[in-house]
Amino acid sequence: MGEEPLVRWDWIGRNWPEIQELLADHIIMALVPVVAGLLLALPLGLAGARWRWLYQPTVGTMNVIYSLPSLAVFIVLIPITGLATRATIIVPLTFYAMAVLIPAVVDGLTSVPEHVRQSAVAMGFTPLRRLLRVELPIAVPVVLAGLRVATVSSISLVSVGALVGRGGLGYLFIDGWQRQFPTPIVVGVVLTAILAAVADLLLVVAQRWLTPWSTARSRVREAA
Amino acid sequence: MITFDGVTKRYPDGTVAVDDLSLEVPTGEITVFVGPSGCGKTTSLRMINRMIDPSGGRILLDGVDVTTIDPPTLRRGIGYVIQQAGLFPHRKIVDNVATVPYLLGWDKKKARARAMELLERVGLDLRLAERYPFQLSGGQQQRVGVARALAADPPVLLMDEPFSAVDPIVRASLQEELLRLQAELNKTIVFVTHDIDEAIKLGDRVAVLRVGGRLAQLADPATLLAEPADDFVREFLGRDRGIRRLSFVPGDGLRLRGDLTVPVSAEVSSVRGTAEAWLVVVGDDGGPLGWIAPKDLPDSGTLAEVPAAPYGTFVRGRDSLRSALDAALLSPSGNAVAVDGSGRVVGVATREALDEALARVADGARG
Repeated sequence: MGEEPLVRWDWIGRNWPEIQELLADHIIMALVPVVAGLLLALPLGLAGARWRWLYQPTVGTMNVIYSLPSLAVFIVLIPITGLATRATIIVPLTFYAMAVLIPAVVDGLTSVPEHVRQSAVAMGFTPLRRLLRVELPIAVPVVLAGLRVATVSSISLVSVGALVGRGGLGYLFIDGWQRQFPTPIVVGVVLTAILAAVADLLLVVAQRWLTPWSTARSRVREAA
Repeated sequence: MITFDGVTKRYPDGTVAVDDLSLEVPTGEITVFVGPSGCGKTTSLRMINRMIDPSGGRILLDGVDVTTIDPPTLRRGIGYVIQQAGLFPHRKIVDNVATVPYLLGWDKKKARARAMELLERVGLDLRLAERYPFQLSGGQQQRVGVARALAADPPVLLMDEPFSAVDPIVRASLQEELLRLQAELNKTIVFVTHDIDEAIKLGDRVAVLRVGGRLAQLADPATLLAEPADDFVREFLGRDRGIRRLSFVPGDGLRLRGDLTVPVSAEVSSVRGTAEAWLVVVGDDGGPLGWIAPKDLPDSGTLAEVPAAPYGTFVRGRDSLRSALDAALLSPSGNAVAVDGSGRVVGVATREALDEALARVADGARG
């Protein structure tokens, strides 16, 4: 009998249904926080851009939360949200996403040039319409850049949840490590990386589609 | 008509931007607010469309106090052009121009058709319509800004230093374009600038404001140059006031001589005997070819073979005395060639004729 190969394809074949389940679980636990974080970051970011004094305390609080080790937060949450539940993972990751997205929304809104804002006022936009039709669309490239960071980091952080019993593809790391069997670890790493790459690519495509005026601009800059 | 009635803008910290300003902006004319920074010219402009509300006094738009009108409604009826154009970077040029029609609820097709019409009107290539603002030059963007302000055909146009961020050559062409548009559209325009030359070039009337927001003088450009109200205005007008004033004196009053022209086909011998020091050679199409000095001519041949000296022209019935004087200074003869609208020579304004006209202007300045 030869040396144990790095990847045993027959194991993958036999466990494929379970791997798919873990992948789906991973996607849900990674993306729900990003979407929820964005929905929460929009009003908070708007408030922070409008009332500048709110901005520093909000971002400060978010940074403190971001600095807490994810494992510690998962453990603290277990009595509230339960062991090995999705909520135990989703709640902290939502805060992490917000920590990235609130500054992105504020920066995006403050990236609207003053003369553009002034001309929107002078043209007779009502404040709400100005926000929806002028300021938010112009903020989109900056917000999407933040969204890419939040998405990739969320996808990678889900794995840590395996230590409290719910980590999506992270389960494969624990499984492989405990059994001194490399195949699940390789599968987990590769799938996590592919997932992150695909999510990032989709966001880049979305940005090109949503903001042709911005991608065209960067293309011109490259050419110059 | 826009009426400023004792308008004051005092900020909570005590700064007074505009102090008891009373003046009238007549319908269908360009009124320029000009002054150094801190004179409240932009604040005054922005109080018209309520981007700033006055702390005292009233602004009436055709008799209606603007503070009684809901700001978005008021603003949709007043065109606004800002420095750097303020175009929406995320919208195509055509949609930028159609902004106010969209806000007014026009259907998209009608709004876009109107936008295309305006792009053409301000002299832009219609192929630019589907581009984004960053793909246009500063001058083009500013033209789009003007088109956008005109889109819903507002009777009033506010222009806040619209041309100060572009280079001088582009600025001059934008100014010409504005005067051409205004000749067609007869809008009531309030134009803010810190550049007195721009004010004099564009304004039917010029309001000079001093720091602290007080009106120093309100007059048409020629009067302003001839009779500045005080030292502040005189200093602000700067050098060459007398020469610049000549731009507002029509060249029509110049006495022209018709006997100083000679056709290019003439024989040299036919002009050698004349007592005149200089003659204008006129081409077969009636246009000027240059000056010749009869005493320096060769012995034979036609005038076509003789090198002619440079010349300057002014258009009779259109150009000012300043243009005529300029034309004279471009010729070794010191005389200006008068041409008609199609460039045909109609006569010569001699140094003596220019001198008489200048003397009349100087006489006017005395009294």
